[in-house]
Amino acid sequence: MSSETKKILTTDGIPLEESLKKAEKKNKLKAFLLVCPLLLFLIITYVFPIGDMLFRSIDDRMVTDMLPKTYKAMEKWDGKDLPDEEVFKAFYLDYKKLVEEKTFGKLATQLNYEKNGFKSILKKLKRKMKKFEEGNYKEQIMGVHKRWANVEYWRALKRRAPAYSYSKYLKGVDMYENEDGKIVQVPEDRRVHKILWVRTVEVAFFVTVLCFLMAYPIAHLLATLPMKYSNLLMICVLLPFWTSLLVRTASWMILLQQQGIVNDFFVWIGLVSDENRPEMMYNKTGTYVAMTQILLPFMVLPLYSVMKTISPSLMRAGKSLGGTPFVAFWKVYFPLTIPGIGAGCLLVFILAIGYYITPALVGGASGTLISNQIAFHMKSTLDWSFASAMGLMLLTGVLAIYWVYNKLVGVDNIKLG
Amino acid sequence: MALPKYTEPHYRIWHYFYLFICSCVFFFLIAPLFVIFPLSFNAEEFLVFSDGMKRLDPDAFSLRWYKDMIYGTKNPWGLAAKNSFIIALFATLGSVILGTVAALGLSSRHMPYKGIIMAALISPMIVPLIISGVAIFFFMAKVGLAATHTGIVLAHIVLGTPFVVITVTATLSGFDHSVTRAAASLGSDPVNTFMKITLPLILPGVISGGLFAFVTSFDEVVVVLFLAGLDNTTIPIQMWTGLREQLSPTILAVATCLIILSTLILVTAELLRRRSERIRGINR
Repeated sequence: MSSETKKILTTDGIPLEESLKKAEKKNKLKAFLLVCPLLLFLIITYVFPIGDMLFRSIDDRMVTDMLPKTYKAMEKWDGKDLPDEEVFKAFYLDYKKLVEEKTFGKLATQLNYEKNGFKSILKKLKRKMKKFEEGNYKEQIMGVHKRWANVEYWRALKRRAPAYSYSKYLKGVDMYENEDGKIVQVPEDRRVHKILWVRTVEVAFFVTVLCFLMAYPIAHLLATLPMKYSNLLMICVLLPFWTSLLVRTASWMILLQQQGIVNDFFVWIGLVSDENRPEMMYNKTGTYVAMTQILLPFMVLPLYSVMKTISPSLMRAGKSLGGTPFVAFWKVYFPLTIPGIGAGCLLVFILAIGYYITPALVGGASGTLISNQIAFHMKSTLDWSFASAMGLMLLTGVLAIYWVYNKLVGVDNIKLG
Repeated sequence: MALPKYTEPHYRIWHYFYLFICSCVFFFLIAPLFVIFPLSFNAEEFLVFSDGMKRLDPDAFSLRWYKDMIYGTKNPWGLAAKNSFIIALFATLGSVILGTVAALGLSSRHMPYKGIIMAALISPMIVPLIISGVAIFFFMAKVGLAATHTGIVLAHIVLGTPFVVITVTATLSGFDHSVTRAAASLGSDPVNTFMKITLPLILPGVISGGLFAFVTSFDEVVVVLFLAGLDNTTIPIQMWTGLREQLSPTILAVATCLIILSTLILVTAELLRRRSERIRGINR
């Protein structure tokens, strides 16, 4: 009784607490409604497509849809001995339909991925099938080729039964599921993707290190110079930042070509002879040089904005307390710049790891990265589910770093220019 | 940065070494852009400085590549430029509207789950373009918008909004909310308050976000590579094709024009940034 009388009431007689809560709720809703249009737009045109990509990467219904009767009949088969007549008959009917529809080639390709030698026996079966008689399909099919009597091939067929599979992800790290259902690595000479992953991380790492080493001194200079000089020098950082990526890549293609200015300069100072000008483009060197220059502004700007806030009197205090300039720098100035270093390095690393355009143009065969491989499978081999799987693996890595970035720096602290 | 007189010699040497390193880095940053400029006036077809150019012989320079860019037969640049500008303009418009409204909500102190939502809205900027390209291509193909301007514009709105959200929330962080309350207490409705009070104050941030969105769209090539048909070719697509197949000096003429354009945008953005800092009362 007594506690209720003590409650503060508003003029309408509602307790103040409740009324405030209501107002707060209304404000929350209002703020949320403002964000809603963009959020919805992004969910439809961005989040949903990426989810669709995930679906595509595990979707393996192609074979399942092509052989519906076979897989239905196979449900009862334990996979030990050869399947019975029912499975053979179902397979015959399914395959006959595919031959009539002229889509059996797709099946042959897909099954050949699963087990070598499938393609030839399927082709042979297609030729012989025309003379098949009604009934006893098991005998007739096994008579076409001795491999049809080999249980391994039927097991391989059964392995493709599930509608969803993670095999594309295994392929992305050079692994596969063998006949016994164990996950093993592909033969050494065919491990192409692992090399690419390692190279992508390596390039991103060293580009980040190079950017840091170059950006630190100039960010320091920009932060300590008087305004009128630093504004002028800032243009050197901002102009490349605003210039088209393709223009900047084009300029590196001109500079690094064999008859280009960089090589001319090397010949002129006598570093190399005119006859053996080094190849600086279409390899890793090209990728490193161009990517470092292109991503450098993304390192300079966060470093600069942190250094700008460090008072010069701190360094003076360090020196007056007996530190040499180097000690004062290392013990006082450097620790204060660590937030900027973290922000810059993470940003450059994230951008570098997904780089596509520059490696594609100046990287050649030895300087291309995982993004180029994704584009290759999208455009050339048309293995879209594999491209999706690789893309999502890359995305997972990037989002993990982004999460760290968000924890350490906070996305609202991203500085643009 | 002048050194005091009492500086010891080895620190003096170190200081000049440091300045030398800095000049090298600045040179590395800016010099590549200036290679394009003279070579675009090359009278010959090669992408190296001819002997005539080294002697500054007037005959070695010409405007033929600029003429080729504008009047050349079967020339794709006219269509590409038209497409690029149309797409970039609509993408900017969409990004600015969606981004500014969202930024208003995000900078309200009542906004729930601010961190997560902000991180989600910024993510198109962080996710590698190739992944965005693949995902958006599948989606646009499904809804029948592949190889249309609309599809590309929508994709570019996705890529452009993070920049608008970042710049406008940054501008709003120094915004004095008592002015909108004052307007409300004087009887103005929220829309009117926004148009007459808030918008003029945050306009520099909005415009500079718009510039970012414009440049992002105007320069974007990865997503367009997946989405564009023959009629949707843009300047970056043409440059990409040119750089892959054959580096012709016409590309350098186009590149020079793009550098001039980016210089103009840079100057505008810088002026806006200073104005916005002055309005927000940040004195540096």
